[in-house]
Amino acid sequence: MRSNWPVATEPVVPALGKDLIGLETLTADQIRLILDTAEPFKEVSERAIKKVPALRGKTIVNLFFEASTRTRISFEFAEKRLSADTVNVASAGSSVSKGETLVDTARNLEAMRIDMVVIRHGSSGAAQFLGERIASNVINAGDGKHEHPTQGLLDLLTLRDRFGSVAGLKVAICGDILHSRVARSNIWGLTKLGAEVAVCGPPSLLPRHVEELGVTVLPRIEDAIAWADALNVLRLQLERMQAGFIPSLREYNRVFGVTRERLARAPKDLVILHPGPMNRGVEIDSDVADGPFSVILPQVTNGVAVRMAVLYLLAGGTTAASAAARGEAA
Amino acid sequence: MPSRSLLLDERAIARTLQRMASQVVEQNRGTEGLLLVGIQRRGVELAERIARLVEAAEGVDIPRGKLDITLYRDDLQAVGARPVVGETRLPGSLDGRTVVIVDDVLYTGRTVRAALDEFADFGRPRRVLLCVLVDRGGRELPIQPDIAGLTITTRPGDRVDVSISELDGRDAVELARGD
Repeated sequence: MRSNWPVATEPVVPALGKDLIGLETLTADQIRLILDTAEPFKEVSERAIKKVPALRGKTIVNLFFEASTRTRISFEFAEKRLSADTVNVASAGSSVSKGETLVDTARNLEAMRIDMVVIRHGSSGAAQFLGERIASNVINAGDGKHEHPTQGLLDLLTLRDRFGSVAGLKVAICGDILHSRVARSNIWGLTKLGAEVAVCGPPSLLPRHVEELGVTVLPRIEDAIAWADALNVLRLQLERMQAGFIPSLREYNRVFGVTRERLARAPKDLVILHPGPMNRGVEIDSDVADGPFSVILPQVTNGVAVRMAVLYLLAGGTTAASAAARGEAA
Repeated sequence: MPSRSLLLDERAIARTLQRMASQVVEQNRGTEGLLLVGIQRRGVELAERIARLVEAAEGVDIPRGKLDITLYRDDLQAVGARPVVGETRLPGSLDGRTVVIVDDVLYTGRTVRAALDEFADFGRPRRVLLCVLVDRGGRELPIQPDIAGLTITTRPGDRVDVSISELDGRDAVELARGD
């Protein structure tokens, strides 16, 4: 039945808490709430006027201490399509390069009455550190080797689009797991939603005791391809080669590259994800990246919708669904 | 306990919708350029039923759309129970069309205000009509319906419950009197 009782003004309890730091601390219901909220936002980006007024008057600072194109632009589109006002601060050319601390930078921004900070930082834990010290909402856009929650969420949304459900899926995450915050957010999100997760990569790029996160280790890429429904191929961070983790890029491609020949031997067609930017011919071959089972561009499209959902849920009040997500009676 | 009374039963709702369908065609002077847009959620079902009645009477196809106004609300921070955002789907541009907003209950008028704002982002309709099953009074904005199935006077503590068989298993309009 439709209820149109006069609206009671209750204290506002945000659906996701104040900050989004990682998927490790979210419940499965909270993750599903974000994915469900992202669905209608996909349509907003298809409109002739790609804008809704939900965050009108909110001020958001994108604080990027590390290079980023895709994530920063995706957040910026998400913010603008919700009608928020945005400012980008990059570490180069700001007072950060003069030695100002993270907290001082954020407090100064907060003194200008901002509502949210989207932060990317090279140190694991930077987003949480900031969230504990300022009143604005903080969204982690990648912190060191810790988490990149919105990337994990857009991967989940893309898998759900493709398969209908994440539960029961077999997903292999391939490549540099050791240095990858994308891998960590994926492992948390996928396992919480009931997927089976395996990791595959050279032993030098796998964290020790990774099994404790509830994943299987598959040492050979051929095993991962034979086992999985979907492969999430991570970028080989080229600076790792100089650091001696792998002998050479050619060697890596020969042993761990996701190639058409290897996929042709799989028992079924695998869906291919990649968080970008790609090293074509290293971790993934061009005919796979551009092939019929690649969802790499849908991932980018979904990224905007997922970030809109996160911004909207952090900015807004509680919902019946969010009360349920926190395990309370609605 | 609030007292409940039945305002419209299934047959009364059917008759009312039939009359509303005729009024839609009358006010538009035909079916040219008509677009019926239901407001999530019960407005969507009502728009569908009215569209089918118009189609049966006039023998033409009537386009429909659905609108979720959650992102256009003026109370993001104040509402306790905010629903998850629903689907918005409008067939192309609204330019030059007669757009009929269909909703179940008209109360404060704030939903309609939000819908009008949202339409502005989809084009410039030639005309917008407001068509509601129940007008319960209590407006907070200068908004009035063009077509109302039932007009009643209610107190602020009252509640008008519209049940639709597609969603609730039966058709009924009930008034629950508050204290």
